[in-house]
Amino acid sequence: MRITKEEIVHVANLARLDLDEESIGKFAGQIDNILEYVDMLNRVDTEGVAPTSHAIFLTNAFREDKVKEHLDRNKALANAPEKEDGNFVVPKIIC
Amino acid sequence: MEFEPVIGLEVHAQLKTDTKIFCNCSTSFGAPPNTHTCPVCLGMPGMLPVLNKKVVEYTIKMALATNCKIEHKSRFARKNYFYPDLPKGYQISQYEFPIAQFGYIDIEVGDYSKRVGITRIHMEEDAGKLSHDPGRPISLVDFNRTGVPLMEIVSEPDIRSPEEAGNYLRQMRSIVRYLGICDGNMEEGSFRCDANVSIRAIGTEQFGTRAELKNLNSFKHVEKALHYEINRQKEIVFHGGKVVQETRLWDPVANSSKSMRGKEEAHDYRYFPDPDLLPLIIDENWIDAVRKTLPELPAEKKKRFITEYGLPSYDADVLTASLATANYFEDCLKIFPGSKTVSNWIMGSLMGLLNAEGKTIEQSPISSQNLAQLLRLIKEGVISGKIAKVIFEDMAKTERAPDKIVKEKGLVQVTDVSAIEKIILKVLADNAKEVDDYRNGKTKLLGFFVGQVMKNTKGKANPKIVNDVLKEKLGK
Repeated sequence: MRITKEEIVHVANLARLDLDEESIGKFAGQIDNILEYVDMLNRVDTEGVAPTSHAIFLTNAFREDKVKEHLDRNKALANAPEKEDGNFVVPKIIC
Repeated sequence: MEFEPVIGLEVHAQLKTDTKIFCNCSTSFGAPPNTHTCPVCLGMPGMLPVLNKKVVEYTIKMALATNCKIEHKSRFARKNYFYPDLPKGYQISQYEFPIAQFGYIDIEVGDYSKRVGITRIHMEEDAGKLSHDPGRPISLVDFNRTGVPLMEIVSEPDIRSPEEAGNYLRQMRSIVRYLGICDGNMEEGSFRCDANVSIRAIGTEQFGTRAELKNLNSFKHVEKALHYEINRQKEIVFHGGKVVQETRLWDPVANSSKSMRGKEEAHDYRYFPDPDLLPLIIDENWIDAVRKTLPELPAEKKKRFITEYGLPSYDADVLTASLATANYFEDCLKIFPGSKTVSNWIMGSLMGLLNAEGKTIEQSPISSQNLAQLLRLIKEGVISGKIAKVIFEDMAKTERAPDKIVKEKGLVQVTDVSAIEKIILKVLADNAKEVDDYRNGKTKLLGFFVGQVMKNTKGKANPKIVNDVLKEKLGK
């Protein structure tokens, strides 16, 4: 196992997910498989290759500062389970 | 043991672009909820953010104005957290490779000046606006502000008092306003500040545990909140306790802060490079092009006002605090070159008027031209200083030129000696007892006679002539 149960609980907490014991075990296994798969990259010889965050050699894609059409509000809110006066409605979260 | 505070400030300045940082939605304030959105700022699947070039230009301007090193290569990162005001589940920001670092600004506090280091400047997007329903367990979310460009300026922990912090912020705000990249309005949230505060025994090097203060949305609140926090930490240490690292929210109504520890449980943002945004490359040509657009900055302007116009440091400070005031001053000088007189009138009567009416100098009913002309009328002896005040008030109400008011109201100063003499003789005849008293040594009565003459001429007599003639007549 590359990932511990504690780490699963921590990540689930960060993602605001409430997992039961059974799911924790299930996801630990699945995430472990993913990590193992990605870990193949560690076996590639990268001697002399500079680290990069992007796989393509493009830089500087810009936009001009010009206002374009906005999305119709009804469309913006179309998928909202609840809406009110043009706002999305969410459970109250106060810090 | 004596303690000193160690303060570092984070400023978030909303950039005055027309569109958001990664999409073409408008940034204008006050639109109905969720009418300035698109798939990009709503965080729809498959959307692709594209950087607004003006955001980069504005940030380069700020970096140059604060003596930063501009990085040839920088990139954007995702800051991951879940909150209802953040539709993507991450904020696009910059992390390990910010656009600019290692700068400084010089601030003045009382009789000393000091240099405050700038750790870094980076670009990021703003979050949406939440309104909490007071009666129901719901919050309303408006994403119009989501994606509005922010520039974050992080200072070194070089600040040692609430006053220094206040002056640092004022200087920063003045710079962004001079640059025209942010309107610097703390109350409306376009210029926000968080503070990191700790205390340590004087003479020691190591920093104490810091608390982060949020919600400091006016200059007054910043200084108050810092005083409160420094005292709070001293109290803890005096009583043998330990300061805990936490975020505290300033409550300006209660004049105190409260811990936000609940929300802080997991400060784990799992930053990683944003694969949707390409690396940002800034070459020397670009930097030079932006440098050419830099205006004279407040600190340079202040220095020039002192050397070129011979103004006291205080006057130069007040006049250069905003670009509009500095321009108003220099526009006056083009017509009336008496720098100290102009400064006195701007800092006194004009600012008094503007404060009373809640107006900025851009909205002044008295134009720089009209004020300068008024001063010229005084200098040329056309009107007296006393009458000038009357005309000033008229100008404030009617926005008219001073010479028109003078003509219309017949306020031209009487400088005709024989005319003044006539009035003086009348005043002396009417006040024979006082004349005797004066001649018997009560010379203080001169003021009384001057007053009577002025009353008779409705303040229009030239005061110097009045004095001279009165002394001459009374001497006999």
